[in-house]
Amino acid sequence: MQAVTVDHISMFYGSKKNRIQALHGVSFAVAEGELFGIIGPDGAGKTSLFRILTTLLLATEGSETVNGFDVIKDFKEIRKRVGYMPGRFSLYQDLTVAENLEFFATIFNTSIEENYDLVKEIYSQIEPFKDRRTGKLSGGMKQKLALSCALIHRPSVLFLDEPTTGVDAVSRKEFWEMLKRLNQQGITILVSTPYMDEASLCDRVALIQAGKILSVNTPQGIRGAFGKPLLAIRSTDMLRLLNAIRKYDEAEDCYPFGEYHHVVMKSHFNEEKLRKYLQQQSFEPLEINPVQPDIEDCFIALMSSISERV
Amino acid sequence: MNKYNTGRSVESPSSGAGTSVISVQDLTKRFGDFTAVDAISFEVNKGEIFGFLGANGAGKTTAMRMLCGLSLPTSGKATVSGFDVYRQTEEIKKNIGYMSQKFSLYEDLTVKENIRFYAGIYGKTDAFIKEKTEKVLNELHLQSEARKLVKSLPLGWKQKLAFSVAVFHEPHIVFLDEPTGGVDPVTRREFWNMIYHAADSGITIFVTTHYMDEAEYCHRVSIMVDGKIEALDTPSNLKKTHEAKSMDEVFLKLARKATRND
Repeated sequence: MQAVTVDHISMFYGSKKNRIQALHGVSFAVAEGELFGIIGPDGAGKTSLFRILTTLLLATEGSETVNGFDVIKDFKEIRKRVGYMPGRFSLYQDLTVAENLEFFATIFNTSIEENYDLVKEIYSQIEPFKDRRTGKLSGGMKQKLALSCALIHRPSVLFLDEPTTGVDAVSRKEFWEMLKRLNQQGITILVSTPYMDEASLCDRVALIQAGKILSVNTPQGIRGAFGKPLLAIRSTDMLRLLNAIRKYDEAEDCYPFGEYHHVVMKSHFNEEKLRKYLQQQSFEPLEINPVQPDIEDCFIALMSSISERV
Repeated sequence: MNKYNTGRSVESPSSGAGTSVISVQDLTKRFGDFTAVDAISFEVNKGEIFGFLGANGAGKTTAMRMLCGLSLPTSGKATVSGFDVYRQTEEIKKNIGYMSQKFSLYEDLTVKENIRFYAGIYGKTDAFIKEKTEKVLNELHLQSEARKLVKSLPLGWKQKLAFSVAVFHEPHIVFLDEPTGGVDPVTRREFWNMIYHAADSGITIFVTTHYMDEAEYCHRVSIMVDGKIEALDTPSNLKKTHEAKSMDEVFLKLARKATRND
């Protein structure tokens, strides 16, 4: 069975006169046991989508199910079965760590003891501070507590809205390792993130931009669909190099990518010709390597293909 | 010097001596018995793009607040644009720009009002503000949005406008605290393009980021771990020294040593 289905949902905010469309006919499905990423920048519609699926917000159009239950008719059933960690910290700041966890366990008619095995790995890291008020915790500790609270009723589907935003590279890595282990215990996970490099850690991802799905696929599938030759080029004076490549006929797009520029080439380009063109402009030393596209390359290409269509 | 100068301008300004605009020596900040910033020392040169990295809780924000004249150090020395961080904090504030993802523009003011407001705070004349506002709006292609509320703009435009506002009064240095958080990859690159141009015009850029590919765009990068600066060099030299393929790897190697739990 599918854990989540989303069928042509659109979301409008604001009055009739001043309507803002947050989602444009979004559709996808997440299988049971999947680790599914929703990847896109701020304003893409990730939070609206999560709020709709956790029955906190009604979509203007379309239909959705979670665990086979309809989000409108069966919202109470869904609420029993999902865990939701919102992007903004939303625990009770004036309760202690232990009180917050106990509170969430109690409203789901369970106890910390009953599900301790599930949260143990995460909660044990903050347990030494269990009598501290939540408002006094550091960012990293708040995040661990929020995740523990979202898990304490043993949900079958877990929604995590941007758990790694603003988090440093080391903590991000640890957080993803933790997610993998939860996922291996059979919990379906939907996680949103603005970091493109996190796509490769998911089973499948939906790339989303300005309320529209750009692609839904495995990370490999998305990379495989790139379909054009990609070069990584570097030399001295990268700014001048960027401008020179952008003037080159066979280059469709060129943008900085770490220490290189990535250059999307037309299908039948000639590498030697490009090399000569750049050498004539005294880019020495010059390094040109064909590379496999990254998810970020794919996102950029999909973004521009959509804006061209408009 | 590495074969490839990964700096984006012709000559990395870091090679020029005697043009330092930020000078920090043994700068320390303690809160009670907790040492948030532990005797850090470094120089930043004019026109340089200086990346200031570190894990959450490493002490970046505290260090940055001292350099912006917002927090007095416990000990050590530092000058920013020639002004002392103990005695001349008001002078420092006049000569720097600041922008972060969290604090930048007033959502319920229009684009023009925001520019007017910030420029006014920095004591710019009406004539200067009028002329430069037109220029900035043109560069950002925001002429038709000038009278719209900032909250109605897409995030990417806001970020670019916020940067323009932060450098509107032509400061010597601009501090950028995670300026590109959450924006799409195309806008992120457009934003960096603005950074290069500002640096080219002589403004020194002091920037923090969690995107490791952006660390590659800096002339030099420092990495803070547990209140200390563990590494400071060009991205290519850092990779060489730490036998890493990417800045991500360098960062992970160094930041993993941290014993502080943020």
